[in-house]
Amino acid sequence: MSFEIDKLKYTGKIKEVGFGAKGDVIVGGEDSYPFYMFEGNEGAGVKIAMEVYDRVEDDWAPAAVAPFADVINDPVAWALSNVSKYGADMIALQLAGTDPNGANVGAEEAAALARKVADAVSVPVIVYGSGNVEKDADVLKKVAEACEGRNVLIGPVQEGDFRQIAASCIGYKQLVAATTPIDINLAKQLNILLENLGVSADRMVIDPTTGGLGYGLEYTYSIMERIRIAALVQMDDQLRRPIICDLGKEAWKCKEARGADPDVKFGDPARRGIMIEAVTAVLLLLAGADILVMRHPDSVALVRKYVDLMMN
Amino acid sequence: MALTGIEIFKKLPKTNCKDCGFPTCLAFAMSLAAGKVELDRCPHVSETAKAELSASSVPPIRQFSIGTGETAVTVGGETVEFRHEKTFVNKPPIALLITTDMTDEEIRGRAAAVKEMVYDRAGATLKLDMIALKDTGNNSDAFRALVKKSRELCNLPMILMSGNMDSLRAGVAELQDEKPLLCSVTPDNAEEMIPLLKESGCPVVARADGYDALCSLVEKLTAAELKDIVLDSGSRKLKKTFEEQVQIRRAALRKAFRPFGYPTITFPCEMTDDPAMEILIAATLAAKYSGIVVISCAAGENVFPLLLSRMNIFTDPQRPMATDPGIYPIGEPDENSPVLITTNFSLTYFIVAGEIESARVPAWLLIMDCEGYSVLTAWSAGKFTPDLISDFVKRTGIESKVARKALTIPGYTAHISGELEDTLKGWEILVGPREASHIPAYLKNYGSS
Repeated sequence: MSFEIDKLKYTGKIKEVGFGAKGDVIVGGEDSYPFYMFEGNEGAGVKIAMEVYDRVEDDWAPAAVAPFADVINDPVAWALSNVSKYGADMIALQLAGTDPNGANVGAEEAAALARKVADAVSVPVIVYGSGNVEKDADVLKKVAEACEGRNVLIGPVQEGDFRQIAASCIGYKQLVAATTPIDINLAKQLNILLENLGVSADRMVIDPTTGGLGYGLEYTYSIMERIRIAALVQMDDQLRRPIICDLGKEAWKCKEARGADPDVKFGDPARRGIMIEAVTAVLLLLAGADILVMRHPDSVALVRKYVDLMMN
Repeated sequence: MALTGIEIFKKLPKTNCKDCGFPTCLAFAMSLAAGKVELDRCPHVSETAKAELSASSVPPIRQFSIGTGETAVTVGGETVEFRHEKTFVNKPPIALLITTDMTDEEIRGRAAAVKEMVYDRAGATLKLDMIALKDTGNNSDAFRALVKKSRELCNLPMILMSGNMDSLRAGVAELQDEKPLLCSVTPDNAEEMIPLLKESGCPVVARADGYDALCSLVEKLTAAELKDIVLDSGSRKLKKTFEEQVQIRRAALRKAFRPFGYPTITFPCEMTDDPAMEILIAATLAAKYSGIVVISCAAGENVFPLLLSRMNIFTDPQRPMATDPGIYPIGEPDENSPVLITTNFSLTYFIVAGEIESARVPAWLLIMDCEGYSVLTAWSAGKFTPDLISDFVKRTGIESKVARKALTIPGYTAHISGELEDTLKGWEILVGPREASHIPAYLKNYGSS
């Protein structure tokens, strides 16, 4: 018997979304499963957005603080160093400080910071709120307004706050990260609701919600695989969107990444968090991620090298 | 290809004689299709039908075990390309490489690392499964000595890797009836290897470069009635290896291409010199279709994340993951520590426990058996009700551990707090946050509540 390569026929293609102030940084466009280059095109390829926080809680792992020690209290400097030192494809500003259960920073202050960061860097900018729907509705609306002309990606835009936030995103021409809790049907439904509201299909990405490695990552993995199968071979137009995975915070939240576990079997605590973040990123790439939101420069460098090995 | 129940039914006698124990032939056919019973329970099936049905009931990817006793591993047996279609079945064993050119200290260090790197996670144990011994100098005496020493140090199943027939013979002799995995038979040594394989009964890695060469080699082995085959399609470049893994899995499942109906093996240890990159490659290949993965990195900070990733991918998506019910002390709680309760959906448990830990406030976490449902589902299915919660709390014996009897319930079930206060006598009921991520803030303010 001789063997013939089996090439799957894809019927769909992921929409291309233009990022950055000029809209010329393309995300998406793939027409096959991730890295199945023997039968399709990878599109624009993977983009890594490096995180910058408005406020860093004191419970961060020392390993995650170390690379940013000199800029950690200055988000603008942090963003600039992520671009110049580590070659970040994008900057993801995390407005964690706006969380009403935390520092509860006001919307005006957060929006002003978002504008400053967006003005400082040349790469595309993503702005994520705290995830609290009441607060995000206020904060992200103001962020959209303040960042007019910068074409930033705003998220998480959820079922509970999409009307307020998406309307501002349309008005001030920002991109929308449609976020749903690890469920393909809810993801599709939110995309439809956003389109009905007037967000065009090439102005949004799907955020399927990211689980942590060892903490439910398999749910995200399978939902993403299902989204891609629906989009590429099952004619589901509503799911043909790039996928963003906000994984840095999930990877570094787990106790194994954070703790200086004294037990020698867990190895070097500083390297462990980096590896947890990198392995998380790899599984998400295999499931279909287009944008990875990541924290540690070493994880970022490793994942970049990995993508290169997968592609070339 | 597996037949459907209806297709099987057409080949049965259709007499509904009940001799198989099922009420109808159709019911029997459905159970056959689901793999729950064997065809020989029907005494009346014709020889032709038997031949047709047994050919189709051959699993698309052969499953077999390597090694003996408690540490034996099962490989192959996969039936899907994507885990949500059903489930992945046998997590690929991860083998740690030990070579003849390592020093005694290195070898002992690796054996010790294998023993040490065992991680318990809510019912699951994560660990390395095999050791791969490589004869770098093609020297049978040195190899036999390594096999002997490794067996004394470690009881895991072995992969014997050598390009030298005498070394493989020596290794097999040293291990007697253990049936190690021999690595490899190639188009060049097949004539010499086949007798050794037949005589020893050992499973073997078939290695050839490219699909066609591998296909011919496997056909040669199956013609010699060898069955326990592991495929190595030759590439050591990630992009190509990935393609080969996808193609082999597809050929076996979609086309029932028999020569590729076996588990595969990959060697991240031969694909990079960087231990961190090796782990990313291993995680990729464990998720996408490698039946066995051989690594050379033995550092906990690398191996642990790899084992976590494999655990995630090979969790059965059909079954809700459940954590054992009971009292989970987090930090070092004492009689004044808060008591929280939630359901035994594993994800709920992991997230809630993780948040309590990150709050650095010692607490008692009660995990109640709700058949693996999350809080809202369990409540709406009547499995997280005031009566049941009260019974459970009493049964745990938590009352003897705390001075302040105050129970924090999930925010989403706030509406049951009144009723719960009536049924759970002597306890004060507090309503916690709706989202686990708000638990740290809740606990930090707990003392003042």
